[in-house]
Amino acid sequence: MMLFTPEHDQFRKSVRKLVEDEINPYCDEWEEAEIFPAHELFPKLGAIGAFGLEYDPEYGGGGADHSFTTVLAEELGRADCGGVPMAIAVQAGMATPALARYGSDELKREFLVPTLAGDLVCSIAVSEPGAGSDVAGITTRARRDGDDWVINGRKMWITTGTQSDWICLLARTSDEGGYQGMSMIIVPTSSPGFSVGRKIKKMGNNSSDTAELVLDDVRVPVRHTIGEEGRGFQMQMSQFQDERLWISYMAVTGARRAIDRTLEYLQLREAFGKPLLANQYIQYTIAELVAEIDIVQGFLHHTAERYVAGEDVTRAATVAKLNSGRLSRKVADACVQFHGGMGYAEEMWVARYYRDCRLGSIGGGADEVMLRIITMLEGMGRP
Amino acid sequence: MKIAVCVKQVPDTWAEKALKAADSTLDRDAADGVMNELDEYAVEEALKLTEAHGGEVVVVTMGPERAGETVRKALSMGADSGVHLVDETLHGSDALATSYALAEVLKDRGFDLVMFGSESTDARMSVVPAMVAERLGIAQLTFAQKVEVSGPTVTIQRATETGYDTVEAQTPAVVSVVEKINEPRYPSFKGIMAAKKKPVETLSVSDAGLDAARLGLSAAWSQVEDFAARPPKAAGTIVVDEGDGGAKLAGFLAEQKFI
Ligand SMILES: Cc1cc2nc3c(=O)[nH]c(=O)nc-3n(C[C@H](O)[C@H](O)[C@H](O)COP(=O)(O)OP(=O)(O)OC[C@H]3O[C@@H](n4cnc5c(N)ncnc54)[C@H](O)[C@@H]3O)c2cc1C
Repeated sequence: MMLFTPEHDQFRKSVRKLVEDEINPYCDEWEEAEIFPAHELFPKLGAIGAFGLEYDPEYGGGGADHSFTTVLAEELGRADCGGVPMAIAVQAGMATPALARYGSDELKREFLVPTLAGDLVCSIAVSEPGAGSDVAGITTRARRDGDDWVINGRKMWITTGTQSDWICLLARTSDEGGYQGMSMIIVPTSSPGFSVGRKIKKMGNNSSDTAELVLDDVRVPVRHTIGEEGRGFQMQMSQFQDERLWISYMAVTGARRAIDRTLEYLQLREAFGKPLLANQYIQYTIAELVAEIDIVQGFLHHTAERYVAGEDVTRAATVAKLNSGRLSRKVADACVQFHGGMGYAEEMWVARYYRDCRLGSIGGGADEVMLRIITMLEGMGRP
Repeated sequence: MKIAVCVKQVPDTWAEKALKAADSTLDRDAADGVMNELDEYAVEEALKLTEAHGGEVVVVTMGPERAGETVRKALSMGADSGVHLVDETLHGSDALATSYALAEVLKDRGFDLVMFGSESTDARMSVVPAMVAERLGIAQLTFAQKVEVSGPTVTIQRATETGYDTVEAQTPAVVSVVEKINEPRYPSFKGIMAAKKKPVETLSVSDAGLDAARLGLSAAWSQVEDFAARPPKAAGTIVVDEGDGGAKLAGFLAEQKFI
């Protein structure tokens, strides 16, 4: 594979070690607590350069090409829980790309630099109680008052929302409606009028705190606007591309690891006088899944290469997200099934994996939203 | 301050280790190679010392071609340059030969400190640091859980079973470290990329002016006659307590001559 050099392998080892030493031993505790200590963990990730791989070294980034992000996300996908990697992915590839690409120098110094170091924790705030799949349905409104924005609204499902220092907020800044008149604004969570409405109880990714946020006359300077005013929707669409690749990379290596761990179990567990794995039915079922993983992973590596070459990979990111989400659900289902009762018990990893995986087809745009994009790209019209 | 850190590539700690049938030496191809874990602590400590006092860190390794990966890793953690002693003649060298080779490479290079992990996870002898110090004729401060340098004086806390001893010496000195000393950093993306451009000097036995007769398997002071796989664990004895559990346990221990 041309994509990966010895430096990629070394970086992979570094991330793998960090996951094994700093994340995996604590997953059970953090899942139970329904939160993880982002302000303790993130500086460790910042120190290896995990948050700013592709960003400008001027602001603490690595100046790397996208293939290193591929490696990082692939290794995070192998962690013992889905929640913490998701929060890391938000900080590295979902809440910061627009700031890094379009933010002013001043904004980048104030927010990007400490965030890449892991000293500040951030969230991406797009979804609302009334609008998720249809981003154009958001109603959070920022009204101009002199040099300030005064913001009112609610944001829903916000990853790391109870402990982040700032959010990358998508809000309406005009009354144009539809895809027009939205802007991306950095809102420090210490701003008066900002509050965490509630922490949401979930079926999976429990180590990640997910919040509903309330903005009640929150005042931030207009200079906190990322890039051009009114271009927020477009910036978010480009940010979604990174998000969907991240989710896909993590899903595929997570699925591969789940298969490997299941194979180990099936070799040890005996029924009808032989290891479970000696059943051709089980062998073929797993072989099918492995074959699919190979295809999606190959597609992702090809997409990463194209991304590195500067091509538009919107369509590929969409296709990858759709397939990786579905595939990891299939894999999780097979893992639970072949573990029998142990697959249903919380004392093994399988049940958590099964629950965590389910998000893959919802978060970052549901499967149907991916299908909708493909439909439009295929010229079938706007569904 | 100029610090040398001697690092060794060992088989991955978690891997099944094997000896080669042909010459009873470690089969280094059977498992992934990694930097000996305690050596990572030594590299970290050297980096911390030079970050605080200025200076440079040179990593030194003796080992096959593949051990170059371990030099790279130390460079990606932040060391400045590397020296790799690599030669077929070195294969099978024991601790005496290793210390001879390392001391020859280290001498006359003006190091203030020569640092080591206190043992390697493969051979586990813990003697090479002391032997190198002896051969170089400099002080040895071993099993350090804390190192402080002030001018020409280096002070360590030497970990003991019950606590620590404070030991002091003048530089140049050998220091070996235990894992309590620090938390080694993970190589960062920037460190990995920077390591690509750092110089590594590759030396053969003759480049280093070593006497080949004192190296390798044939010069080893001990010889492995034979080896066998560890026998499988025997089933334990379960003592069922029917009110007389204490007496049965004591009886068992006495029978095994523990008490
Ligand atoms: C754990 C978690 C973390 C999240 N983190 C964040 C975050 O950090 N920031 C953020 O902004 N958002 C976040 N989200 C929100 C996530 O992006 C949305 O949940 C997702 O986009 C779906 O939106 P929705 O929940 O409003 O579902 P809805 O929009 O109500 O859609 C419900 C379902 O309807 C179907 N559907 C929707 N549209 C169509 C269509 N056109 N045709 C056919 N079927 C359709 C899909 O099956 C979809 O799942 C998170 C969500 C979860 C669960």
